[in-house]
Amino acid sequence: MKLRDLTELAARNLREAVLRNSLTTLGIAVGVASLVAMLSLGVGLQELASTRLSRSGLFDAVFVTTQSNMRAFGGPPRPLAERASTQPARKLDDDARQQLAQIKNVVEVYPEVRFPTEVQFEGKPYMTTVAGIAASARADGAFDEMKGAFFSGPEANEAILQIELARDLSKQTDSLIGKDLVLRYAEKQALPPDDVTPVPKHSAADDAPASGGFSLVPRELKLRIIGVVETEPATGFGGFGRGRLLIPLQIAQNLRIAQPTDMREMLRGNTGKPTYETLTVRVRSPKAVEAVEDTIKQMGFGTFSILDATKNMMLFFTVFDSLLLIFGSLALTVASLGIVNTLVMAILERRREIGILKALGAADRDVRRLFFVEAGAMGLLGGVLGVAMGWLIGRALTIGTNAYLKRQELPAIDISSIHWWMVALAIGVSFFVSLAAGMYPASRAARLNPVEALRYE
Amino acid sequence: MTGTSNGFAVRTERVSRQYAMGQALVHAVDDVSIAVRAGEFVALLGSSGSGKSTLLNLLAGLDRPTSGAIYAHEQNLAGMTSQELAHHRSHTVGMVFQAFNLLPRMTLEENVELPLRLAEVDRAERPARVREAVERVSLAARLSHRPSELSGGEQQRAALARALVNRPTILLADEPTGNLDSVTGDAIMHLLQEINRNLQMTIVMVTHDKVRAARYAHRIITMRDGKLVTEGVSDEIA
Repeated sequence: MKLRDLTELAARNLREAVLRNSLTTLGIAVGVASLVAMLSLGVGLQELASTRLSRSGLFDAVFVTTQSNMRAFGGPPRPLAERASTQPARKLDDDARQQLAQIKNVVEVYPEVRFPTEVQFEGKPYMTTVAGIAASARADGAFDEMKGAFFSGPEANEAILQIELARDLSKQTDSLIGKDLVLRYAEKQALPPDDVTPVPKHSAADDAPASGGFSLVPRELKLRIIGVVETEPATGFGGFGRGRLLIPLQIAQNLRIAQPTDMREMLRGNTGKPTYETLTVRVRSPKAVEAVEDTIKQMGFGTFSILDATKNMMLFFTVFDSLLLIFGSLALTVASLGIVNTLVMAILERRREIGILKALGAADRDVRRLFFVEAGAMGLLGGVLGVAMGWLIGRALTIGTNAYLKRQELPAIDISSIHWWMVALAIGVSFFVSLAAGMYPASRAARLNPVEALRYE
Repeated sequence: MTGTSNGFAVRTERVSRQYAMGQALVHAVDDVSIAVRAGEFVALLGSSGSGKSTLLNLLAGLDRPTSGAIYAHEQNLAGMTSQELAHHRSHTVGMVFQAFNLLPRMTLEENVELPLRLAEVDRAERPARVREAVERVSLAARLSHRPSELSGGEQQRAALARALVNRPTILLADEPTGNLDSVTGDAIMHLLQEINRNLQMTIVMVTHDKVRAARYAHRIITMRDGKLVTEGVSDEIA
C-alpha cells in the first residue's frame, strides 16, 4: 500500500477512537513538554551565565603578569629547580609589551590601570575604584545595553559610571548623564637624583642602576558623565578591584597615578623604565585564547584567562543538562507506554478489520506499516503540541522568576531558551520514540492469522 | 477470464490441513484433490464442520496447507511467501463472506475502493473502477451510504462489488446467502450466475444449501469430515 493511502487509513482509524487517541497524544505532548522545558531551562541558564561572562569583556582577553605576581595571586608553586635559581623573574616592561603585541592573533596589549581614589560630585566626596578602558572594549558586548554613549575619543575627559557607583551618586541614575564630577588623585612626579639619598649596596646583585625617587602631588580632573552601564566591564584580574568609574585608558595612563608597586620598583631602581603590574592582551577571538596563553607562558610570564574558569562551568552545565534530559525523558518514556497500550487495544478492537484487510490483499507489511503510521502520527502531533507546551512552561518560569526578581529590585533575566534545534530534536525524538513504541503492536497486528481474525466477533 | 494451459483455474493435490486442538489433532481437510476449470461455477457442499470453508481459505491463500499442493493458474500457493500470498489475494481472487465483512466506518464507495488501495492501483483510475463494480451489482445510487444504512442483500452486493473491483479471475464465496432471506438469497445467486456467465469468471462457492447449489452451480463437490465424498455435475447430485 502506498504511503498516502496508509496515511489516509491511519487518519481515519485515529479519528474513530478520537478520545483515546487524543489522550494518548496528550500524554506524549506532556512528555515532550517536560523534555523541552527541562532542556530549555538548562540551555537558558547556560546562556545566561555565558552572556554575563562574555559581557564582562573577559572571554577574548588574557591577563599577563610576572611569575612572582602570579604566586602572590595564588598561582601554581614554582618548581624546585626554579626556586633555587638566582635568575630574576622576567620584567613586564615596554619591551615585553611590544613582544606580546607581536604574537599571532593578538589585537591589542594594554596595561591594567586601576586605582582607588575619591570623586567629588555635587560637593560630596565618594570613594571608588577607577579603571582605564581600552577603545577595543567597545566591541566586546559589555557596553551593548548601556545608557548614554561610549567615549567619544581615546583622550576625551569623559566617564562612564558602573551602576553601583551611579546609584550611590543619585537615585535617578539616568539623570547623571551630562553632569560633571571631579576626580581627585595623587600624581607621581620623579625627583631629580640630587634630592635622593643613595641606598647602601650589600652585594654584587645590587649593581642595579642608581635609584631615583618620586613625590606625590594631589591633582583634580573634571570629567563629563556620558553613560551608565549595568554590566561589569572592568571586573579586573580575578575579579579584584572592580572598576566603578570608567575612563578612557589613555587618560588613565596620562594621570601617572602612584601605584602600590611603585615603592618596590623604586627600591629596585626601576624608576626610569616603567614596568607594569599586569598587561591585558586582547585576542582576535575566544578560540585563539588558549594558543596565545601558551605562547605567553613560554615567554616566562604568568597568565590567567576566563576560559580556564569557563571550562569547569561548561562541564557543570553538560552534567546539569544531562540530568535534566534524563528527568525529561522519563515522562516521555511513560508516555510511550501509553502508545503501546492504545495500539494493543486497537488491535483487539480491530481484529476482524485486520482479517478483512488481509483477505482483501493486505500483506503483513501493510498492516505493520498502518500501525506504524498511526503511532508515528500520534508521536508527531504529540511532539508539536509538546514543544508548544514546553515553550509555555518556559515562559511561565521566566515570568515567575522575573516577578520575584522585580520584588528584589534585581534586573529581569530570561532563564529559558528554546532554539530551532531543540524544536527539531524534541519532535524527532517524540516521533522515533512513538515508532519504537509502535513496534510491538504493529508486529503483533501483522502476525495475526487472517482466518482467526475473520472469525473474531 | 484468464484460463491456464491445462484449463484449470485452481486445483489441489492431496491437500491436508490439520489443527492441534489441545491434545487432539483435528483433520479439517484430509487428503483432498479437486480441480476447477477456468470459467466453471463449483459449489462446495457439506454440513457444518465438513472442512469446506477451510478448503476455501486454502484456495484463497488465507491459510497454508499442512501437506499437499494448491495451484492457482499453476502457481503453487503452498510454496509462496506471505507477500506473494497477499498478492494472490489481491489480484487473483476475490472473496465474499456470509457475514459480508464490510468495514462499518466506511461508505460503500470507500469499502469498494479498499482493494484498489491495497493493490496500489493509480488514484486517477480508481473512481471509474469503483463505478464499474457498483454498477454491476446495481448499487450506484448508494455510494455514499454506510453499511448500516444498507439492507442485507445490498450489503452482500456491496461485498460482491468489492470482490470484483480488482478484476480477479477467481471468485471465492463462503456461504454468500447464509445471512439472507430466500428471495434476497436467490437474487445474490442470480448475480453470481450472471457474473460467471458474462465475465467467464471461475466461482467456487461454499454452501450447505443443496437446492441452490444444484440450481446455480455447474458442478458440486461434497465434503464430509474433511474428506471429499462425491464430485459430479449439479444435475446428477440433485
